[in-house]
Amino acid sequence: MSGALSAPIANYVALSGILFFLGVTGVLLRRNPLIMLMSIELMFNAANLLLVAFARLWTQNVGQIFAFLSITVAAAEAAIGLAIVVVVFRSARHVDVDETNLMKG
Amino acid sequence: MILFWILSILLIATAVWTITASKPVYSVVGLLAHFVALAVLYLSLSAEFLAVMQIIVYSGAILVLFVFVIALLSSGVAPFSVGPNRLPKALVPVMGIVIIAFGMLIYAVSRTSMPAPTGQTLGPVGSAGVFGSVADFGRALFTTQLLPFEVTAFILMVAVIGVVLLAGDAMESSGSAAQAKQVHREMREAILREGDR
Repeated sequence: MSGALSAPIANYVALSGILFFLGVTGVLLRRNPLIMLMSIELMFNAANLLLVAFARLWTQNVGQIFAFLSITVAAAEAAIGLAIVVVVFRSARHVDVDETNLMKG
Repeated sequence: MILFWILSILLIATAVWTITASKPVYSVVGLLAHFVALAVLYLSLSAEFLAVMQIIVYSGAILVLFVFVIALLSSGVAPFSVGPNRLPKALVPVMGIVIIAFGMLIYAVSRTSMPAPTGQTLGPVGSAGVFGSVADFGRALFTTQLLPFEVTAFILMVAVIGVVLLAGDAMESSGSAAQAKQVHREMREAILREGDR
């Protein structure tokens, strides 16, 4: 591998932005909480991609380590989110987020 | 460069597939392809350890968790809709502003001249002791970045406790559990009466 990046850093920023907005769109438009959680994973991955790309640009592995920490936080988030989905399904017998108003005041 | 374009098209296509699929299982398949393509992109950015962790943690752990929950909940009652009325009205101008700001960010990044990197040396992927190699990553993780690593362990412990507290009370069949439930209900009613007074 040569010293330069294989593509300009702006390309990585643009790709990460597009993927992040796809994740936001999924969270906003879908009513299935599982697909909303998957869209959150898409957003996590977009941020990780940017961290890794900038770590490569500066050849400092701190960015990679932060992306690694972000992966573990995403794992914890997915576990807790899925546990909440299971609890909601157990009590309400449906998984529609528009129908779920248990904590509405 | 060609690798980047192929992978970015693949990433965007699989992300669109994930958020538009009619069933969560199809979304999981799209997400799997997305994660694998992203791991390849990490490899091209000489992040070897992260590419492996991407496959192991995301494709191996998180997606399997999703599949388990889908299998648990798939009694034919999972509704979904892609209706446009789901989108709040005020969000459209906000999204426009954000997209414009992001375009300006990309323009600024492409115009800025970056100084020469100050970090480690680069080498071919797979060689030891250079930037992004597993040895380099591990040494940094256990020396200079030890505190964030320990904080991560703490976060994982909190997540485990939280999941057990949230979803771990499924033992309702045994007699003592039913008794405990009765006591719990009486206590709650007493508290509610106290609150009415």
